[in-house]
Amino acid sequence: MIREIDVKDISMHVENMLIDACENIPNNVLKALEDAKAKEESPLGKEVIDRIITNDLLARNSHLPICQDTGVVVVFVEVGYDVHFNGDIYEAINEGVRNAYTKGYLRKSVVRHPLDRVNTKDNTPAIVHVEFVPGDKVKIDVAPKGGGSENMSSVHMLIPADGLDGIKKIIMDTVFNGGGKPCPPIIVGVGIGGNLEKSAILAKKALFREIDDESKDPILNKLEKEIKDEINMLGVGPMGFGGTQTCLAVKINCYPCHIASLPVAVNIQCHAARHKSIIL
Amino acid sequence: MEIKQLHLPVSEEELCKLNAGDIVEITGVVYTSRDAAHKRFCDLLKEGKELPIPVEGLAMYYVGPTPAKPGRVIGSAGPTSSYRMDPYSEPLLQQGLKIMIGKGPRSKALKDMLVKYKAIYISAIGGAAASISESIKKCDLICYEDLGAEAVRRMEVEKFFGIVTYDTKGGDLFEQEIKKYKKI
Repeated sequence: MIREIDVKDISMHVENMLIDACENIPNNVLKALEDAKAKEESPLGKEVIDRIITNDLLARNSHLPICQDTGVVVVFVEVGYDVHFNGDIYEAINEGVRNAYTKGYLRKSVVRHPLDRVNTKDNTPAIVHVEFVPGDKVKIDVAPKGGGSENMSSVHMLIPADGLDGIKKIIMDTVFNGGGKPCPPIIVGVGIGGNLEKSAILAKKALFREIDDESKDPILNKLEKEIKDEINMLGVGPMGFGGTQTCLAVKINCYPCHIASLPVAVNIQCHAARHKSIIL
Repeated sequence: MEIKQLHLPVSEEELCKLNAGDIVEITGVVYTSRDAAHKRFCDLLKEGKELPIPVEGLAMYYVGPTPAKPGRVIGSAGPTSSYRMDPYSEPLLQQGLKIMIGKGPRSKALKDMLVKYKAIYISAIGGAAASISESIKKCDLICYEDLGAEAVRRMEVEKFFGIVTYDTKGGDLFEQEIKKYKKI
C-alpha cells in the first residue's frame, strides 16, 4: 500500500519545528550546560555558562531566539519506500523555512550566491538530505545551524597509517585552533570513513543525535568518551576564556571506506544546539 | 566578580587603564556592523569618501540581530565572530575607532593594531543573544538597509555586559587564561 503524504503538512511541520527550535533549548542540552557549570574550574568560565543558561531560559520564557544567528536550515528527511508525496518535497521544505523565518521574526542569513552575496531575504534555500528507508513513515529532522561554529569545521583525507592517533590529532587541532570562535562549550560531530562528502554528511548527522545518545558501536562509544575528556584538557573553556568545560559531547558516526583512505570530518556545533524532529 | 562601569564615549586615558580580564558594563552609544558593512566602509575610505557614521572615539558592535518582535526594541542581538572583521579593521582604527565588541580570538596583526592605535577589544557572550537584547534600550537603522540583518544600526545600550579581551598594552585574555587550564 502506498501512503500519500500532503506536502503542505511538510511545510507546516518544518515551519513549526524551526520556530520552536530557535526559541526552546532542548532540556537535555540545558542539563548538559548545568553539569558543565557545576564542573567548570574557571570562575569566569562558570560565570559565562551561568549567563548562557540564563539566556536560554529567558529565550524560552519570552519566546525570543536563543541566538541571533538562527542559521542556515539543515534538514534530514527519511522517506519510507511506501510513501508518495503529492508535490515537490524540496519546495515544501523551503516553504516551511520561508514562513518560519518571516513570520517567526528569525534572522535571514542566506545569500543567493557565495560571490555576489545578495541576501535571499527569506532564509531559503535549506540544505536538504534525503534518505530512503523501509516502511511508510517520513521522519524529518531540522536544525538551524549557525555560521560561527560551521566555519570552525573541517574535512581531512587521512591515510590508513594515520590511524586513531591521526584522527584524534585532527579533532584536537580543530577544537584548539577554533578556540572561542565556535561558542564553546561545543558539541563535536565527527564522521569517519566513506569518502570526502560522505564523511562530512556523517559528521553533520552525528550532530543530529541527541546530546545524551550513546553510540551503539563499542569502538565509537569508547572513543566518544575518550575524546570528550581529552578535549576538556585543552584548556579552551567556555567562550575560549579558559577552563575545563570546552566540550559538552562528542558524537561519532562511521561508514565503510576505500582501502587507501581514512576520511575524517569534524563538524562543530555551538552551545545553542537547536534541533527538532518529527515522524509523520 | 567586580564589574567596572564603562560610560561611552571614553577618553583614551581611561581606555588605557582597562586590562584584559576586566569585566565591564557598557552604557552609551554603539554602532553595529558586520562583514558586508565593513567592506562598504573600507571601499568608501579607499575612494577618499566620508563614512556614513561617526567612528572617532566610538564603539563598534559586531552584530546582526534578529528582527524586533512587536513591542520590542530589537530582537536577539548577540555578538558575531570578530576575526572576520580583522581585514577591515585598520582603516577604521585610523579613523579613531576605540572599542570593538564581538566574540572570539582575532589575529596577531589586529592585537598589534590595538596597541598602535590605543584601542581595545571587548567580548560579549556568544549565544547569550536574548539576554543581551535586554540591555539595548534604543535601536535605529542608519544605513545599508538592503543588507538586512547586516545593516548599520545605532544602539543605545545600558549596562551591556562585556569582558575586556585585548587591551591597549597587548594584554590577551585568551592567552592568559587558556594556559592555566591546558593539561595536554
